[in-house]
Amino acid sequence: MTAMTTANTGVTDADLATISTYVESRSAILCPADKHYLFEARLRPVLRAYGLTDMRELAQKLRSGAHTALGEDVVDAMTTNETSWFRDIHPFDTMRQTLLPEIMANKTNRSINIWSAACSTGQELYSLAMMMDLQMPALQGWDVRLHGTDLSRDVITQAKAGRYSALEVNRGLPAQYLARYMTRDGAHYLVSEQLRRKATWERLNFIAPWPIMPRFDVVLCRNVLIYFDLDVRARIIRKIRDTLTPGGYLLLGSSETSIGDVEGFSRHVIGRTTVYRKEHR
Amino acid sequence: MLAMVIDDSRAMRSILRRIVTELGFECVEAADGQDAIDKLNAGPVPDLALIDWNMPVLDGLSFVTHVRDNREWKDVTLMMVTTEGEHAQIVRALAAGAHEYVIKPFTADAIQEKLQLLGLVGVEA
Repeated sequence: MTAMTTANTGVTDADLATISTYVESRSAILCPADKHYLFEARLRPVLRAYGLTDMRELAQKLRSGAHTALGEDVVDAMTTNETSWFRDIHPFDTMRQTLLPEIMANKTNRSINIWSAACSTGQELYSLAMMMDLQMPALQGWDVRLHGTDLSRDVITQAKAGRYSALEVNRGLPAQYLARYMTRDGAHYLVSEQLRRKATWERLNFIAPWPIMPRFDVVLCRNVLIYFDLDVRARIIRKIRDTLTPGGYLLLGSSETSIGDVEGFSRHVIGRTTVYRKEHR
Repeated sequence: MLAMVIDDSRAMRSILRRIVTELGFECVEAADGQDAIDKLNAGPVPDLALIDWNMPVLDGLSFVTHVRDNREWKDVTLMMVTTEGEHAQIVRALAAGAHEYVIKPFTADAIQEKLQLLGLVGVEA
């Protein structure tokens, strides 16, 4: 049987299936092999960096199993998603107006831990840090700790640096926050030291063993579970549940409703935001 | 809703016109700050102005100051769209009365997200 090839590239569906299977086996993230354009767009820089001529050669290298760094970069490239500041806006309003005041009222110590579980390049967590600093004066004197994790080394490196291009700061960062919390650093913009100090960052692969983490009051895991199949989603949500304090909140993306069949959470709709509260046991 | 695109580059005006039109705005154009003031005086007054900084005749910052000095135009939302990316310039524009700031080059998504922040464009569910 003749292998099917994509237009103009000579790359076979089998090659793309190899790459897709490779990414799924290491991250559990589903990358349908029929999305040729996605592979082309995401992996072109990787091909260039490793001096590979095409996707066929990449697939051969991955099959040989001897290229750990290349494999990591492929997973990074296929799983990194663009993000913006204050994405969707309403979850941040819900945090400010409802969740954080409730958490503060129920605390015996003055500390709050928040985890951005697929933090990408850090905009979600820094957005939260800026909002809490500027719009929640009641948090003065509180120990606010923000933790960001992601599968990708590269995004964690950028999040840790807190350094963004003009194109990136244009994406949803209100100008007053830009003026107040960022400084110019060459052609880039740097998040203030004051905010960077509140945040810690590390790599985390949802399907590998998790590092030891503190108990969180809020976990943000938005727009990432859609990339996993239902069983893996349920497993991840159970593990997230274990990291939450009783009464703590999980926020998923607007279109992610898979948590319905996981025990131990109650679902609440606050304005346009759906939140999941860990039930007390 | 009416948007006024103020930029001395015809190509840039055309790009911004396309973006705001796709977001549901009617659009008028002005080639510099003075042209924009003349059009404001002639009416109708727009809901939103997208303002370049460096323009002949009257620059964008002077335009913002002029608009903010005139109570008749207090409801116009002012958004700078400029290559001026220095921190001090952003602070100056905000102090003069600009509501938002976009640094060129930008994407259509960036304009949309800024207008969502300003409540001029809805946020999808």
